[in-house]
Parts: sequence; structure tokens; C-alpha cells
Amino acid sequence: MRETEIAVVGGGAAGMAAAIEAAKTGARVTLIDENERPGGQLFKQIHKFFGSGVHRAGRRGIQIGQELLEEAQNAGVEIRLNTAVYGLFSDHCLGLICGDHTEELQAKVIILATGANENPLAFPGWTLPGVMGAGAAQTLINIHRTLPGSRILMVGAGNVGLIVSYQLLQAGAEVMAIIEGLPYISGYGVHASKVRRAGVPILTSHTILKAEGKEQVERAIIAKVDERWYPIAGTEQILEVDTICFAVGLSPLAELAWMAGCRFTYIPQMGGWIPIHDGNMQSTDPMIYVAGDLAGVEEASTAMEEGRLAGLAAAGALGGLSLEEGEEKKAEVRERLAMLRVGSFGEGRASAKDQIIRARNQV
Amino acid sequence: MRRIEDHPILGKSERGRKVTLFFDGQLIEALEGEPVATALMAAGHRVLRYTHQHLEPRGIFCALGRCTDCMMIVDGQPNVRTCITPVRDGMTVETQRGQGQRRDQQPLRGGMD
Repeated sequence: MRETEIAVVGGGAAGMAAAIEAAKTGARVTLIDENERPGGQLFKQIHKFFGSGVHRAGRRGIQIGQELLEEAQNAGVEIRLNTAVYGLFSDHCLGLICGDHTEELQAKVIILATGANENPLAFPGWTLPGVMGAGAAQTLINIHRTLPGSRILMVGAGNVGLIVSYQLLQAGAEVMAIIEGLPYISGYGVHASKVRRAGVPILTSHTILKAEGKEQVERAIIAKVDERWYPIAGTEQILEVDTICFAVGLSPLAELAWMAGCRFTYIPQMGGWIPIHDGNMQSTDPMIYVAGDLAGVEEASTAMEEGRLAGLAAAGALGGLSLEEGEEKKAEVRERLAMLRVGSFGEGRASAKDQIIRARNQV
Repeated sequence: MRRIEDHPILGKSERGRKVTLFFDGQLIEALEGEPVATALMAAGHRVLRYTHQHLEPRGIFCALGRCTDCMMIVDGQPNVRTCITPVRDGMTVETQRGQGQRRDQQPLRGGMD
């Protein structure tokens, strides 16, 4: 059986940052990702990030991904690609699938940074080719450079719906409308303004009733909803679209944490069931840490900071850092995290995070 | 359903080598290394399989290799997730009906869509 000191599952923003911090202390770190290249969703984020200089603000996700990859390589992280983790067993042994065979990897400490999945949205016709996640459309246009269609309906006016709509415009598609069930736009004003300036209508208090088409999407039927989210008869509109994207939130990919017996708490505004963790990102299993969207759906910038925190704490647990040095570095990261959780959008996330940490203290 | 050759942020597409796929007996131009499903999408084909029970069409849904809606028969092997399977020159890709069958096998029975 193969062995490592710290196994990091998931090579996105959180996992790479965790692996880098841990490896810098001299720990032997193995980063595992099921894709053919690491970076998670960073490589499809072609917009500039917010925050300040220390958060790499003003940089695009695609550049940050490249920088993290180089840092991980320089720090001596062993990167295992095309490798899926199918199991996490009680002795902190990971079951891996690599191509046509399986392997076991025994780790002392495990950092789970498995990310999140797009929530699907079910309506009549939702299985037709041409209905897809906004994240799926973003992957197709920004990584694979192929448009999924030419006339798009976006469902959801949160940040993902707004940003992907703008990126679909940049890629040359027409976005016929963005619809949102809430009576207001839940994403940032700056993103909403950009799509509006480009002439895309944002219809709040609207839902999709159905998608129609023989073999694939040919049109969508939308309607206004009342304050209880019921469609209002007589407000139906037919939109001639060939593609429908949904951006209705993300849910943590928590299977491995469940399998390992970590305790969970339910926090709807963070994506649902979240593994309970403390201020060091330590789960209820002392040898398992969590970071990024798995630990509560936020943004790539917070995911990176949480990854750093988990990496430092995991390295500390193995004795790679002195207590003082570890605490000092973690305090710096926590300060940067707090800076990312301010304002009308960040405060909700900050209090949700506090709720998770309070749950940890009650276990 | 077309390729994005020039992009205001990403610039010109760094294209892979042009290769050929055989899709349901038809020749399709593709780029080496891109996912099979996007090569088909760029060629105007969004229906990748039909479900087992009701023969309903399915296409790319998650584009991450997670949902399995994009499963096709690739080089005789059924249930291949084409959104994460890179194109190789001369690959044979077939629309999958139901659970598909290997060339040396009878069709499987039962199961979900």
C-alpha cells in the first residue's frame, strides 16, 4: 500500500492552496484530482476577482489557477491526476481509481476539498438536450471554446447566473433573458449592471414553466410568479431559445466526509449539509480537515484562504510547524478571511460560518 | 453550437490538431484532445444518447463527468462519459440507446433510465 503524510482530495482553489501551505512546511503531500489537470473551476473563471491585493484581486481565475499550479509543483507536492477517490475508510486509508485499476493510499492526515455540485432545476422538459447547468455552459465556452447554443435563457440572477450570462455574450451567444424567482436580483450590482448595459433583460419574480422541443430545446415558456412563487395565469411568455442554463445554487460534494463518519450540520445559505468544522477547518474527525465549497459554498477567494488554513493546521498536527509559528500564520489567514466576509453579502456568510463553528463546540 | 475562434478575453483559440471522428458512420472533424461531446456539439450534434425505458434524448448536462447524461459508445465500449473523454484520431463514436452493449455482448436488461 502506498503511503503519504497529508492527502489532499480535490485540486481546485482550496485543495491546491492547502497542499502548497502544507508542503512548504516540509510535509509529504499528495494531491489527488479526478480530472486530467488540476485547478478545479478556476480555469473557467475568466472574470477578475474582487477583494484586495492579498486576495489576488484584479486577477482572473484562469491566471490564479496557473500560479497555484506552479507553486504546488515548486513546493514539491505530489500531484496525482486522473485519479478518483471512491472511498475513505476508518483508518484514513483512501480508495483510489486510476484508469483501469484501483489502489489504496494510507494517509496520516486528510484534507477534503472536493468542492460542490451545481443544483439541478427540474421542470417539464428539463432533460432535453440544450438544458444544462450554467457551470456546464461556462466550461464549454471558456475551456472547450464551443458554444452550447446561440439563443440562451438563464434561470437565476445570482452571481453565477449573471457572470455566466456575461461570459456567454463575450463568447458570441445571445442571452434572451435572465429570469429570477425572487423579487430582486441576488447577485452583485456590478455584474447585473454589466449584463443590463449589454441589453439583456433581467426578469425578477419569474420562473420557467417548461422547455419544449422534439429532440432538443426549441423554446421555453416562462411566467411571472406571485409572492408565494406560484405562476400567475395569463403572464406566460414564449421565448424562442435553443439553450436553457440554470444557476440555482450549489451543494457541497460531501460523500467522502459522510463516509468517514464526520458530523454534519444543515445551513441552507451555505449550500445545505456541511461537515461541522472548527476555526482550523478540522472536522469532527481530528485527522480530517475540510476546506472550500465542501465546508460551505462561498467563492474561490475564500476557498483559497480556507485551504491555507487547513494546510497549516494539518501540517501543525504532524509537527511540521511550531505551535507559535502555526498560530501566527493561521491568524494572518483568518484576518484575510474576515476581510472577504464583510458587506451586505459577506456578513451573512460570516454568521453562517460562526454557526458551523458553534456546532463544532457543541459536539 | 459553434467554435469560439476569437475571444475578447481569451484571445485566439489555441487549437489542437485537426483529426477525424466517426460518429454513427459519419465523418466529423474534431480537435485532438477536446472532449468528444464538444466535438459533436461543434458539429451540430447535441443528442448523445437515448434513455433505456422511454428512449428520450439526452445531451451534455454537467460537462464535468458527474451526471452521466453524455454516455455514448466509444470504440465499442458503452457508457463512456464523452464530456470528459478526449478525442483521438480515428475514434468511433455511436449514439447510445438504453444501456448500450459491447460488441461482444447481448444488451443488458432492467435498470433505470
